[in-house]
Amino acid sequence: MIRFSHACKRYPGGYDALNQVNFHMPAGQMAFLTGHSGAGKSTLLKLIALLERASRGQVFVNGQNLAKISRKRIPFFRRNIGIIFQDHQLLFDRTVFDNVALPLIIAGLPQRDVGKRVRAALDKVGLLKKERVYPITLSGGEQQRVGIARAVVNKPPLLLADEPTGNLDPELSREIMHIFEDFSQVGVTVLVASHDLDLISQLPYRQLTLKAGRLIGDTDPSPLEQVG
Amino acid sequence: MSRLNIATRARVLLLRHLQVFFYSLGQLSRHPLSLFMTAAVIGIALALPTGLHVLLQNAQQISGGWDGAAQISLFLKKSVSDKQARSLARQLRQRNEIAKVSYISREQALQEFQQQSGFGDALKALKKNPLPSVLIVQPALAHSKPQQTAALLEELRRNSRVDIAQLDMQWVKRLYAIMDIVRRGVLVLAGLLALAVLLVVGNTIRLAIQNRRNEIVVMKLIGGTDAFIRRPFLYTGFWYGLFGALLAFIMVYTTLLLLSGPVEKLAALYHNNFELSRLDSGTALVLLLAGVMLGLVGSWLAVGRHLREIEPV
Repeated sequence: MIRFSHACKRYPGGYDALNQVNFHMPAGQMAFLTGHSGAGKSTLLKLIALLERASRGQVFVNGQNLAKISRKRIPFFRRNIGIIFQDHQLLFDRTVFDNVALPLIIAGLPQRDVGKRVRAALDKVGLLKKERVYPITLSGGEQQRVGIARAVVNKPPLLLADEPTGNLDPELSREIMHIFEDFSQVGVTVLVASHDLDLISQLPYRQLTLKAGRLIGDTDPSPLEQVG
Repeated sequence: MSRLNIATRARVLLLRHLQVFFYSLGQLSRHPLSLFMTAAVIGIALALPTGLHVLLQNAQQISGGWDGAAQISLFLKKSVSDKQARSLARQLRQRNEIAKVSYISREQALQEFQQQSGFGDALKALKKNPLPSVLIVQPALAHSKPQQTAALLEELRRNSRVDIAQLDMQWVKRLYAIMDIVRRGVLVLAGLLALAVLLVVGNTIRLAIQNRRNEIVVMKLIGGTDAFIRRPFLYTGFWYGLFGALLAFIMVYTTLLLLSGPVEKLAALYHNNFELSRLDSGTALVLLLAGVMLGLVGSWLAVGRHLREIEPV
């Protein structure tokens, strides 16, 4: 699903955010991306979502070489990726329903299907009752779940999450991770960037560790332990 | 998504356009004062050339009336008899570029001259009537343009019975020349003000884009195409242009209404039943279309320039 081949990212000014990163993530896998802040976790996710382009080396998503995707095609490429942000990136002048419906509207789904899909997504994150409220009235954990609902409403084969539990207490964090596990079990590829090692180490998933732009660790628990 | 057939896609797209159409109106109506102020600036910029255009139309109407008053006097040769002169008058009356021909016989002319000039006694001393008979030819209104009148004059001058054909057209020509200058001036002014409208709309949309920066970023993050993101701003420009044009219409209409009373009073003093013409539907339509087009183009330029600068990081 995701393949990095000698990928480097150098920002203007000569700062190397990623240096010779190689890894492969098969479809349906769930993995954590860890490392201190500034290690390059966000940059790596940005390369996958084409928010940035690799300076050298190649990144493949779903068999596509991202260097070959033109600026015009980027929106269509991104529709196949659900992205979850630490700061949620919700629109506060719209209801929860409208926020979650946005990817479907962008994709041009007929109105009657939009309602069904939005409610299904909200149901999955346990916010069905909140569809009429504005995100500002929700707690941090609830806002994050709205963000997740929006990321999955389009049923993308790949989910990326950048510090999704960054501002949440351990209990809420665990809940959020459970939601990701559920998606993983239905075949969605999930890559979660997080520095919450306590939480991650309790979960039986692959861990990619970055340090100063280099991939220094790739631990995969035995397949027997993996659920599904 | 690609499984949807074209008809469904078209219907969905149309629905989305309608939604954005009214959504952008709803967004604008949340801040009625700023909407009004922007629309008023656009309205004033559009009202000036429109108002001048209507006034020019009126001036043309008046000068058209004067033009009709520009008569051609045909002084016939002395050898032309009364009967021949009358038959020439009949001939001319039948031509459709001529509205009216009045005949003044030599005797009538002499009488008039005697009464009006004060040389009555002196004329009595003459044995023969020195005055020629005269045909006063009034060109039809539809044929009263300077070139047409001049052509008619030239033709009449060549008539074998005509001694002298005379028309004082100089002032009509001057008036037309002045009106040409004014018309050109109005065009230049309209062009400049159209540019001003573009800038006003462009700047307003630029601010709107900055205010909605966050929203644009989110849209881009979840796969919104440029066309999708551009759409609400284009419709916002459309609304600004439309409201501006409507305000311009109201301004011009009210101004003409306020002017029409005094103008009619003035015309009455000149024994003229001139009536100030209102904004005709053609001009109003052009005004609305121009407003809408300027709104769309202005926002298109602003969105094209600024949308690319906003990228999620």
